[in-house]
Amino acid sequence: MSTSDSRAAGGTSRRRRGPRTWLAALPLLVFTGLCFGIPLGAMAFGAVTRTDRASGATRLTGEHLARSLQGPYLGSLVGSVQLSALTALVGGVLGVVIAQAVVTSRSKGLRSAALTASGVLANFGGVPLAFAFIATVGISGVVTQLADLGSLGWSLYSFTGLTVVYLYFLIPLMVLVIAPALDGLRPQWREAAQSSGATGWQFWRHVGLPVLAPSLLGGFVLLFGTAFAAHATAAALVGGSVPLVTLKIADALSGNVLTGQENVALALGLDMILIAGLVMAVYLPLQRRSARWLR
Amino acid sequence: MAAMNTPAPPARAVPPGELRADDRTDGPARGNSPVPVPAPASAPPARQGRGARRPGIWRGAVLALAGVYFLGPLLASFVFTVHVPGRGITFEAYGELLSADGFTESLLLSLGLAAATIALSLLLAVPALVAVRIGSPRLRPVVEVMCMLPLVVPPIALVTGITTVLRWGPEHLSRTPLYQTFIAVQNEKFPVVLVLAYTVLALPFVYRSLDAGMRAVDVPTLAEAARSCGASWPYVVLRVLLPNLRASLAGAAFLTLALVLGEFTIASLLGFRPFAVWIVSISGAQARMSVAVSILSLLITWLLLIALSRAGTAPATAAAAPATPSRKES
Repeated sequence: MSTSDSRAAGGTSRRRRGPRTWLAALPLLVFTGLCFGIPLGAMAFGAVTRTDRASGATRLTGEHLARSLQGPYLGSLVGSVQLSALTALVGGVLGVVIAQAVVTSRSKGLRSAALTASGVLANFGGVPLAFAFIATVGISGVVTQLADLGSLGWSLYSFTGLTVVYLYFLIPLMVLVIAPALDGLRPQWREAAQSSGATGWQFWRHVGLPVLAPSLLGGFVLLFGTAFAAHATAAALVGGSVPLVTLKIADALSGNVLTGQENVALALGLDMILIAGLVMAVYLPLQRRSARWLR
Repeated sequence: MAAMNTPAPPARAVPPGELRADDRTDGPARGNSPVPVPAPASAPPARQGRGARRPGIWRGAVLALAGVYFLGPLLASFVFTVHVPGRGITFEAYGELLSADGFTESLLLSLGLAAATIALSLLLAVPALVAVRIGSPRLRPVVEVMCMLPLVVPPIALVTGITTVLRWGPEHLSRTPLYQTFIAVQNEKFPVVLVLAYTVLALPFVYRSLDAGMRAVDVPTLAEAARSCGASWPYVVLRVLLPNLRASLAGAAFLTLALVLGEFTIASLLGFRPFAVWIVSISGAQARMSVAVSILSLLITWLLLIALSRAGTAPATAAAAPATPSRKES
């Protein structure tokens, strides 16, 4: 261990400091253990056990998890995954196009304005966003009235409507994630390709996209996770008309369904964490890999 | 807000100042670039001319469409709040806000929660991160994982766990002193349980902001220098390290403030009524006012975040200058 070497070499001051600095990190670790670990543990425990009200006995059961993967609950999980995948795909593509437009622009002002705006918009979601869209393209929204969208069959309170709203914070997120990668595409590479007679398409097919691939995939996964976890926007917007797992959990928790469903909510929470964990497990290595090109 | 869309990297993940400014000229556009790029002599001029025009057009179209999509809803919502069909332009929705039932209470509650969350998260994270930098590098991965894990857990999943734990109070602990704690934590006036939950949600952002700040100022060297001048440990942290970390502390605080002001999921499911929950609760009866408040809260959050991104670029210059403790103290 390197620390024991340096202790031997560094004299007494290091030996005294070691344990004390360790103590300074303790409150953080204790706090996360208590306020994050215990709720998560309770959730996982509740998801796989059943407590008999009369006797108070607790036994292990896979019933809740099984029920969370059936009927309307499964439908909500599938709905969430579909919405997240669609919005991540569309948001990813549009984000790349916008980022490319900004990155290749010669105007420094445009560039910094666009990146600052992206940073701000990507952090924006939830209730105010939902209301801004209701006022714009909701039933009596300004644009709905002006363009008579209602007669065209437009509804904000639908799968399509949610997609349009989610893109509002997903596209800027993609711009933020992908702009450094696009910057990493050296103009020399394109020149090299051009002077060896490659067309624009060939450059992207054989140089651009392979270099960008990890960043693109990482961005997609990040967008997916963000859309998957979003709840407030959907709650303020559609209530229950679109099946989403976050809305189902909220329903079950606030007692809008039969009693005894709380454990199914816990099981759904566990399902969500598993999916989100999977997403992160894909994202982190990709991010590390894409960092290689950005020097 | 940020909490709902959990893994969003904080706004400062890509501060404009850090992006490479040197080699980002597009191939075709390089002729007019101020950056001297060795242009290959073989490229025929005619082709360059054609290439330079096309990207200009598609870039303009893309940016214009993006502008419409991102500015449209904001303009439309503003029109929605001031234009009442049949009565013309009126600013009533904004004027009635201050006297609206619950507005002040919920706003004050949110601000109080934000202040407590910022204080708690910084008190927990700063000592831990300093310790990890200076004396216990082996703890570093542990601290990092602990701080970043909340990103993997959607807030709504965290809430299911919290409600389960809160139910233990009445069910199992009613004869122990712990029960009083459970009651106190859920006080309507100031729900401590929300502060605890928000601190968990804020930790990833606080960690990233502080970690980036500490990377820029070489904490061990500063601390060694101050120590060898005879400074005590509290003095080192309070008078030497923290002033150097001002920008990233401010960044962490701003992000946390924005997060708490916009948070809806946890508060509404636990039955409390801070700002975001209040907006939803009035939306049925007073649609115009709820949109007006949304616009205002957006503007406030954006100003905060823009201020943050300014603060985020400032330390680049501050950090570039050799930061000796003696100079910072004067």
